[in-house]
Amino acid sequence: MSALTSLVTERSVIVCCGPGGVGKTTVSATFALAAARAGRRACVVTVDPARRLADSLGVQSLANTPTEVAGDWPGHLHALMLDTKGTFDDLIHTYAPTPDQAEGILSNRLYQNLTGALSGTQEYMAMEKLHELVESGEFDVVVVDTPPTRNALDLLDAPRRLTRFLENRLFRALLLPTRMSLRAVGLATQALLRTLSKVAGAEIVQDAVAFFQAFDGMEEGFRTRAGAVRALLADPATAYVLVTSARPDAVAEASFFAEKLTERHMATAALVVNRIHPHFGGTDGPPPDLPGPLAALAANMATLNDVATHEEGSYAALAEQIAPAPVGRIPLFGQDVHDLTGLERAADALFG
Amino acid sequence: MDVGTFCAQSRVLIVAGKGGVGKTTMTAALARMASQTGRSVLIVELEGKSGITGAFGLGHDLGYEEVELQAAQLPGQGTVRARRITPDDALVEYLEDHGLRRVSKRLVSSGVVDVVSTAIPGIRDVLVLGKIKQLEREGVADLILVDAPATGHAITFLTSASGLVNAARGGPLRSQASDVVEMLADPSRCRVMLVTLPEDMPVSETIESAFTLEDKAGVQLGPVIVNATDPVPAGLERSAQDVAAGMGTAGVGLDPALVAALDAARRFRLERHAISAAQIERLGRDLPLPQLLVPTVPAETIGLAETDLLAAALAAAIGQLVPEVPAP
Repeated sequence: MSALTSLVTERSVIVCCGPGGVGKTTVSATFALAAARAGRRACVVTVDPARRLADSLGVQSLANTPTEVAGDWPGHLHALMLDTKGTFDDLIHTYAPTPDQAEGILSNRLYQNLTGALSGTQEYMAMEKLHELVESGEFDVVVVDTPPTRNALDLLDAPRRLTRFLENRLFRALLLPTRMSLRAVGLATQALLRTLSKVAGAEIVQDAVAFFQAFDGMEEGFRTRAGAVRALLADPATAYVLVTSARPDAVAEASFFAEKLTERHMATAALVVNRIHPHFGGTDGPPPDLPGPLAALAANMATLNDVATHEEGSYAALAEQIAPAPVGRIPLFGQDVHDLTGLERAADALFG
Repeated sequence: MDVGTFCAQSRVLIVAGKGGVGKTTMTAALARMASQTGRSVLIVELEGKSGITGAFGLGHDLGYEEVELQAAQLPGQGTVRARRITPDDALVEYLEDHGLRRVSKRLVSSGVVDVVSTAIPGIRDVLVLGKIKQLEREGVADLILVDAPATGHAITFLTSASGLVNAARGGPLRSQASDVVEMLADPSRCRVMLVTLPEDMPVSETIESAFTLEDKAGVQLGPVIVNATDPVPAGLERSAQDVAAGMGTAGVGLDPALVAALDAARRFRLERHAISAAQIERLGRDLPLPQLLVPTVPAETIGLAETDLLAAALAAAIGQLVPEVPAP
């Protein structure tokens, strides 16, 4: 069995990461499909699938719960499209001591902006959903597609970012009983807040205070949860699959991502290079002396093979960087992958 | 249209597009092209590791300070400089400009900035755009090219200012935002160029974001750059088997496997071309903007030679554009 195949037959969590626009969603779905073909119960969490792929997976609606994709395989394939806001709302309901407090948070303006404005929130919610699905015990393997991240750190640091935000010391200090707070907050902080009101407007400060007030008492639950998510991300059983195209800029970004994973002692489990040009007629290419009528055909084949050779060169260093992790290749097909048949073809190419 | 005229249309060109379509490469090629008309160019990079220095054959990363990517060596050639602007840098500078140097560090380190930027979505983007507007007003270069974030983020980025104008009642931030809105809405100061690939998802996203950008950010869009569009070479009409059969005795000794491979390559090229032609056609139908088609540059990495090839392709495509009729 190839090293790539053992990922889908043995691992329980597969995180597909890499630059935007390289087909991460397709590759994630391909991994889940391969697991289902190997007889496992698989679920893929997609973040922003192309409409036609979403349609063929049956996830066009934002149900935020897994839907089974029917097909002829021994296992089960489920798919889910991440609803960032809905996932966060669920968390609030879980950790708020009373329904009233949950409502207070959900209606707060700052909270409503949180999913869109605090970078890393979407990433965190993808990981949160992953954690939830793993904990449910309904799946042997969960494959998660990651959002087109501004940078690798947003994904890996997402849990820490959110807890840091929620535990903001300065605003928490404001929640202390008034007289005490004056002392605790200190003159410097008061000056800071006055400045803030002046520059950004007084409502901003009021909104923020209201938010932290509403959140009071829930930090512990959130911190524990974020810790669990972080532990799952750092777990050696979690496989990071780096997805890229052979375009030089995408490869550079993927390489940067691999570096960040290594810095955090997380290994890249595999590299998947998507949409690579196929090589025609073996490695030698066409003989140079083909008779006249075939010259145009030979030139076309030589051009395509040149592209393929350049592409191999563009990710050779990255393949070495992540070695001994295996490299999988999905060729650029004559037709783009946007349905189950396309996914099956991609799975054949990757896993044989 | 003359390339010089094209480059003189607006002081700021924001280059935007979905991730992986070659935005940074096109930014570099546009810079190179403009510099060849004698203009000084400043490239502004907004995030991540973009490789813009690599496209000029240099290795290092960009920082907040300007670096020169290309000196004006030849007569009639302009300089190309580049810098990065991050929201944190822009914020600290903004606070310092407003006499708040003392608290700026503390605002960042205490996490208050995170809270504020959540309370006022778009504030970070407005600060970055405000800085770009300041550079534009100061006339630091004949042309400022902004390598914008990937489209999803680019829409948030470019609509941030109008959002903030609506949300904030007054104060220095609001006036900063309305200055930005003014710049974005004035085509003699600023335009957006979208970059895409002739493929299904990038084209759909381009069409969608073009309308959103015009409606919500009020920006004028320049021509769309369609990257990696390759013409079909002549002589691929008939199958390799047909051609071989028609060659009489010369075709008899040919290895059938070779003929099959030649034909597979032929069909592949035609299929890929049909996909991209259909997508270019759809783009033209659904988005009434002129297109600049540029070819794939086969290379393992993009260096100065590749950037120049693309700059020449862009210049040739611009040469084909019909000049704009000035608005009455």
